[in-house]
Formats: sequence, C-alpha cells, structure tokens
Amino acid sequence: MLTILFDGIAYGMLLFVLACGLAVTLGLMNFVNLAHGAFAMAGGYVTVVLVNRLGVPFFAALPLAFVASALLGLLLERTVYVHVYARGHLEQVLFTIGLVFMAVAAVDYVMGSQQQFVAIPSYLQGQFNFFGIGVGRYRLLIIVICGLLTVALQFTLARTRFGSRLRAAVDDARVARGLGINVNAVFAVTFAVGSGLAGLGGALGAEILGLDPNFPLKFMIYFLIVVTVGGTSSITGPFLASLLLGIGDVAGKYYVPQFGAFAIYTIMIVVLIWRPQGLFARATAR
Amino acid sequence: MLVAHAPVHEAAARLRARARWRPFEIAFWLAALASYFLMPSWHLILAEVAILGLFALSLDLLLGYAGVVSLGHAAFFGFGAYVAGLIAKYGIVTEPVLALVVSGIAAAVVGFITSFLVLRGADLTRLMVTLGVALVLREIANRLAITGGADGLQGITIGPIFGMFPFDIAGHTAYVYSLAVLFLLFLLARRIVNSPFGLSLRSIKGNPLRAAAIGVPVNRRLVAIYTIGAAYAGVAGALLTQTTQFASLSVLDFERSADVLLILIIGGPGYLYGGLIGAILFKLMQDWLANLTPQYWMFWIGLVLVLIVVVGRERVSGWSLDFAAAVRGLARRLVGSRTLASSPQDRR
Repeated sequence: MLTILFDGIAYGMLLFVLACGLAVTLGLMNFVNLAHGAFAMAGGYVTVVLVNRLGVPFFAALPLAFVASALLGLLLERTVYVHVYARGHLEQVLFTIGLVFMAVAAVDYVMGSQQQFVAIPSYLQGQFNFFGIGVGRYRLLIIVICGLLTVALQFTLARTRFGSRLRAAVDDARVARGLGINVNAVFAVTFAVGSGLAGLGGALGAEILGLDPNFPLKFMIYFLIVVTVGGTSSITGPFLASLLLGIGDVAGKYYVPQFGAFAIYTIMIVVLIWRPQGLFARATAR
Repeated sequence: MLVAHAPVHEAAARLRARARWRPFEIAFWLAALASYFLMPSWHLILAEVAILGLFALSLDLLLGYAGVVSLGHAAFFGFGAYVAGLIAKYGIVTEPVLALVVSGIAAAVVGFITSFLVLRGADLTRLMVTLGVALVLREIANRLAITGGADGLQGITIGPIFGMFPFDIAGHTAYVYSLAVLFLLFLLARRIVNSPFGLSLRSIKGNPLRAAAIGVPVNRRLVAIYTIGAAYAGVAGALLTQTTQFASLSVLDFERSADVLLILIIGGPGYLYGGLIGAILFKLMQDWLANLTPQYWMFWIGLVLVLIVVVGRERVSGWSLDFAAAVRGLARRLVGSRTLASSPQDRR
C-alpha cells in the first residue's frame, strides 16, 4: 500500500519535471506545444548514448541531457516556433504534431525502434526495506532530484527578478511589454529551460516510463492532463496535478488493471468540462 | 457573411446560385466514374481514396463549415468501423448497405452524446476534449474482449451487396460500392451546406456571438452538425471494415485523426472538394514516399504538416482554389455558359 504510494509519488514527480515546461509555454505564450515530449525523448536518448555507448557516468550524463535538450529547444524556438506564435490553435497543433511525427521517425531511423534502457549504476538498483515499506533506490533518487528541482523552480519563480518578470508576462503579456519587460527573451529562456527539464525528466524516466521512438506520442496525453488539470497560472497547480495523476495511475494499474488508462482520460475530460481553466487555477480577470 | 436583413428572396436566390452545379464539379465526378473503367488495376487503392475522401468530407463539415476543431475525429471513424465489423461477425446485419446505415447511426449517437462536451470551451479545450474522447474509445476497444483488443477484430465475413454483388479480391466491387456511397453522401452534404442550415453554420464559424445575436441557435446547430459529421465518419469507417474485412485498433489511432486533418488542410477546407482532392494527393504522396522509405513515412507527413503551417495554410489551399478557378475558366470559355463567380473562400 505505502509502496504504491511511494511509487506513485516518484512517478508524479517525474511527470511534473517532464510537464512543467509545457505549463509555462502554454500559460505564457498561449502556445500549444504538443511536441514537448520530443524534447523529453531527446534527453532520454542523449543519456542512452552517453552512458551505454560512451561510458559516461550516469550522474554526469544527467546535466548533459538537460543542456542538450535545452539547446535543442532554444534552437527550434528561435528558428521555427517564433513563426507560429501568432497563429490559431489549430495551426499550432498541426505544426507541433508535424514536429512530433518527424522526431518519431528520425529517432526510429537513427536508433532503431526497440526499447532502450539506460545502464544505471548497480548501487541504484534494487529496494531496501524502510519500516516495512519497500523503497526502490532509483525511485528514491528520482524523488530527491525532482523534489530539489521543484523547490529550486518555486524559488526562482517567487524570489528572483527573472521569476517576477516571468509571472508578470504570464499574467498579462501586453502590460508586461509596456513595463519594459522583454517578453520574447523571457519566453525564449523559459522555453529552453522547460525543454531542458523535459530532457532531464526523459533521462531520469527512461528506466520507469520506457524509452522508444513513440515516447512523445505515448506521453503527450499525460503532459496535457497535467497542464489541463493543474492549470497554467502557477507552478503548484501542475505539481499537485502531477502527484495526483502519478498516484492515481500507479494505484489504478495495480488495483484495477482491467481499466487501464481509461480512468485518467475520463478524469481529464470531466475536469475540462467542469473547469476549463484547470482544477487549481485561480480565477483570472481576463 | 450574408447581410442579416437582406430580403428573404434575395437570400434564397443566393443559396440557389451557390447550389448550382459548376463544370468543374461535373468534370470531377465524370473523372471519378471514368477511373473505374480506365484504371481497373488501381481499384483497391481507389477504394481507399474514396473512403479517406469521405472521412475528410465529414471533418470538412465540422471544420470547414462550422469551424469546430477536432483532434479526435478518428473516434467516430473507428466506432463505425468496429460496429460494422461486430454486426457482420455475429450475423446481426449481414447485408452491407443496411449495415452501413446501422454503423452510421451508431456513430451519430456517439457524436450526439459527445457533442455536448465539445460545446463547452474554446478551441484549445475542444482540441483536448476531442482528443480525450478518441483516446477513451481506443482504450475501450483495446480492453474489451469482444473487440479482440490489440489483435483486432478478426473473422469478419461480409455478405454480398443487396445479396447480389459479392466483394472480390481485386477490389472492383469495393471501389464501385465506396464511390457510390461517397457520391450519395456528397450529394447530401452539398444539400446540407447549401441550405439555410448550412448558411447558419457559416455564420457561426464567422462569429458565434453575432450569429446568436441574429437569432441563430448556435448550440443546437453545432450539436446537429457534430452529429452529422460523426455519422459521416462512422460510415467511412464502416466502409473500411467492409472492404478490408478487418478492423484493428489503428482505426482509432491518434495518427488517423492527424492524417485526416492533414488531408483536409492539403485540399483546403470549406468547399467540400477539399477532402476529396486532399485524399487523392495524400494517397499519391503516401504511395510514392512509402516506396522510397516505407518505415519512415511518418517523417514526411510531419514535414508536410510543418511546411503547410510555416508557408501558410491560405496559400496552400489557395493553390487548389486557383486550380479550380482555372478549370472553371477553361470550361466557361469552352461552353460559353455563364457561371457564377462566387468562388468558395476559406473564411477563418
């Protein structure tokens, strides 16, 4: 019971790191980036190549995965994404689906379609017993890393100058521009960091979520659920939504496997109908 | 778009003018008919094109006329496909045409129920809700024992059409059948969009608030067209099951919803032929590219999607309109008849 809760929390934390970039892009630029999972996949594959083929230590590969995905995100944001911000949601969706399809086929071409595994160090494998709760070492690591990241993100958003600029831009981009905030630059940085976090999440999650070329399509809906349920106006909303989704999904698969993913899709639809702004969103005046 | 206080007879005259058959349209359907006699070895692929065209037509009714965006239109296609497969497999309805009607009605029921979900919210919510509905249906088909799960629905035998024309392996019957269904449903769609009902849909697409202000019951219209679109998609799915005698989870895939959007966008939404032309182009492209790199076909779809958005959707659908206009102009010179210059425009 508690083991399931523990696994669910690890899963939820992972989802949060994967999806928080999407929440910010959606909230800041009102941009639907269905290709967010592609950046996560990029991070995962970078880690696989570094650790398995080049023998880079696992902990050194994680920051590299972050940097690689962030650079990729920055590059794409500056070259192609900028042309699409002003378009309607339908076009944004078509565009990002196109990117996902290209990423899926390209990874398939380069790496093959089989599932990839990261060779995690042996001291991270297995479980230990903690007052009768089976605690997976790797999952504990995920919780620690993701927890630290969450605290760091929350601190950046709440306490730094960049964070206050970002929040101002999310609340009302026009007024923020009027106050002299370079919203485009803020957005480019945020996009890069969000992609980098997704990449880091992909690297960490390769072991738990499974990594193959269809990763962005498989988890697209999970990211969307986190964002729609959590709302895009804060970082605590997506965080709580991720935890709920993670625990719910793990528990659902354990207790009622015949329902599969059915329950969480239904929850998403119900939440969307009930509160289109997200479950934890504060009411905005707009 | 149409001035609200225009006299009724003027509006009626406009609708009649819009509904007039143009030389381009007659040529299109004559070409489709001729393809049966001229390209007998292509009938299997042509049947697929006709089914894809019908599917894209169903999306055109929603997107091109009512402006309803959908990321999960495969839900109804797949539902129709599975219904057709199940009723044939268990011998509930063995006659294909009747089974087609049943499947269409079944998909319409699902469309009617889910349309109330789609009414809520703006584009973004709609995209996600439609996506969610399709995913839920796919998950149900995946889990139920009766649908065969990931193995697909096997062991379907389709009886002869009207008890007289059995399906053959070369797809001759399948093509005539699909083309006939497509043509009949196209006529119906043409009638729908050129009616006052269709005009009210266009006004909703233009501006829902103003449409409501001039007395268009926006929600009821949207529910109606969503149900009709779902029925069309269901018939298309049922056609696929009947002509291939197989239904698998791929009919509910997200890729299928994305493909049909692409098809419609290639051909251009909002003038009914977009889906059909798009289906022809899509199949040609697929055939050509899949021969080059069969495994990585998805890459090229993605590239086309990205290019369409970056280059601009208007320009792409503009090409097909230019083409249609050129054909019309040519026909006008040849026949010397007066055709109306009310070119269908991609209003957004």
